[in-house]
Amino acid sequence: MAKVTLKGLSHSYLKTQSSDADWAIRGVDIDWNDGGAYALLGPSGCGKTTLLNIISGLITPTKGDILFDDKVISELNPVERNIAQIFQFPVIYDTMTVYDNLAFPLRNRKIPEEEIKVKVHEIAEMLELSSTLNNRASGLTADGKQKISLGRGLVRSDVNAIMFDEPLTVIDPHLKWILRSKLKELHQKINRTMIYVTHDQTEALTFADQVVVMHEGQIVQTGTPVDLFEKPKHTFVGYFIGSPGMNVLPCQIKGNDVIVNGKKIETHQQIKKSNFNKTEVGVRPEFISFSNEGIPVKVLSVSNTGRHKIIDTESETGKIKIIAKSNEDIPSGSAFLKFKKEYTYTYGDSWIIE
Amino acid sequence: MNKTVNQKAWFFVIPVFVLVAFNAIIPLMTVVNYAFQETFGNNVFMWEGTRWFKQIMLSERFHASLGRQFLFTFIILFIQIPLGIAIALTMPKEGIGVPVCLVLMSMPLLIPWNVVGAMWNIFALPDIGFLGHSLNALGFDYNFTQQIGDAWFTTILMDVWHWTSLVVLLSYAGLRSIQPAYYQAAEIDGASRWAIFTKIELPKMKKVLTIAILLRFMDSFMIYTEPFVLTGGGPGNATAFLSIDLVKMALGQFDLGPAAAMSLIYFFIVLLVCWVFYTLMMRNEEKS
Repeated sequence: MAKVTLKGLSHSYLKTQSSDADWAIRGVDIDWNDGGAYALLGPSGCGKTTLLNIISGLITPTKGDILFDDKVISELNPVERNIAQIFQFPVIYDTMTVYDNLAFPLRNRKIPEEEIKVKVHEIAEMLELSSTLNNRASGLTADGKQKISLGRGLVRSDVNAIMFDEPLTVIDPHLKWILRSKLKELHQKINRTMIYVTHDQTEALTFADQVVVMHEGQIVQTGTPVDLFEKPKHTFVGYFIGSPGMNVLPCQIKGNDVIVNGKKIETHQQIKKSNFNKTEVGVRPEFISFSNEGIPVKVLSVSNTGRHKIIDTESETGKIKIIAKSNEDIPSGSAFLKFKKEYTYTYGDSWIIE
Repeated sequence: MNKTVNQKAWFFVIPVFVLVAFNAIIPLMTVVNYAFQETFGNNVFMWEGTRWFKQIMLSERFHASLGRQFLFTFIILFIQIPLGIAIALTMPKEGIGVPVCLVLMSMPLLIPWNVVGAMWNIFALPDIGFLGHSLNALGFDYNFTQQIGDAWFTTILMDVWHWTSLVVLLSYAGLRSIQPAYYQAAEIDGASRWAIFTKIELPKMKKVLTIAILLRFMDSFMIYTEPFVLTGGGPGNATAFLSIDLVKMALGQFDLGPAAAMSLIYFFIVLLVCWVFYTLMMRNEEKS
């Protein structure tokens, strides 16, 4: 178990780097506490797997340091770092039984057979694999195999951190829920630092206490699921989290006033400076309501998801989505929208203006 | 679902049927014909029943060539399979080395059989051949045209040179298809290089290796041209493998009946070994 710290971490797969785009990750600083559950969230290609592989030692970073419990371990290999990693596709040793698969990491570390037996049975019990211990691992279903991969990570009691690289990708949707809650339960039981990489916001938000959102190799926001939802620090976080994502509309800043479509609107922040190339207002569909005055829009379509209605509207400067209760009456044709002040933010060059 | 009945489609099968008939069925049936009869030419045949089969099965000459054949095939499999895997493991995985290695590896496979035989014949000649001359210069008494051991050594060396590449290419393809995550997981699990080989690489290569062993078994069991050009089956009968012996019997002595019976026995041995081997290798696959 260990505290994980990343300092000024940058990595490029190229030999020489000329622009920001040549870096897979750049300038990443992270402090993760011992025993926490963390998620790295971002779209494909944002650098989250690279970051994970750097922490586990499969990739050596171009710049920066990795520290476990304040000790620099950048030079150590994965075995010396003593971490466990679970991959996207279940990795099992086909020719071995489930028992031998689980015992494999311990046998490689020359642990006495009796101790292995106790440990393997304990983990198998936790993962509900006890009844299949003597079967050949290759005969199991995808989720059974992924449980074995997971078990091989958990079987060593002294690991510094357990990392998950989109571990539920190949699992059937109804089993995803079960495995995910299993993971959460395991985390509470064994209390080890867990780092979970995913592009699925539901997975990240339900698993982790702290979610790190990555975009084009950079960390755009770190926070609790509530923070990310209620106060996105970057328009990307707004888009990426929530379904549908945040509405982002161009705006003008005149003095202390924020103007959208010619109307002055109230936002959460006090605007102090306005020297940006691009200014925008962001508000989630959940925090918009119909009103008698405000931003004029045309209602385009209404879709009912059962739980709520999603309304597509068009304003002068772009489309706006609204979420309303499924029993709410929706005006047709022209309407006016009102944004909830506490959840409306102004962004300068995509970053929140503080 | 209603199936469309259209018997005209059978016409499309005719070309293949004719082709297969000419290159396989008719020749094979001719052989069967000869195997049960005696002929003195002029298309006069006399029924002999299973006489030729009994004669071949009891013949010491057949036992000897069959023994030589199995020994030869066993030795070359024993050398080529491990050697092929070993070479595939050391081949580069990326960069300019990949195409270079692949082309170099394919070269021996592209050379016609009789050219290989002729090449090695000259290469191994004790007086002027590079190999033969060098060995003699180093103090070995080497002469593949007169000494049985030397003849076997040269024939095996030639076959290893000619065919190991096939095993290499198949193994390499098998190795490249292993997901990197397996190696990463093994690294994290603290597996030794040997454990990675036996627990990941070998099991993942099982299918291509089965193909490699089957192909090498069949080809080496039916080998003819190369040893024929290299040693002509000699010295004496020392390297007269099954097909060389068969040709001697059929075309040298013109014993068409026994030769035909021998061909059929030969054919069934190849078929049987392939079937048993394949069934054994794939037995576990179907279970899982």
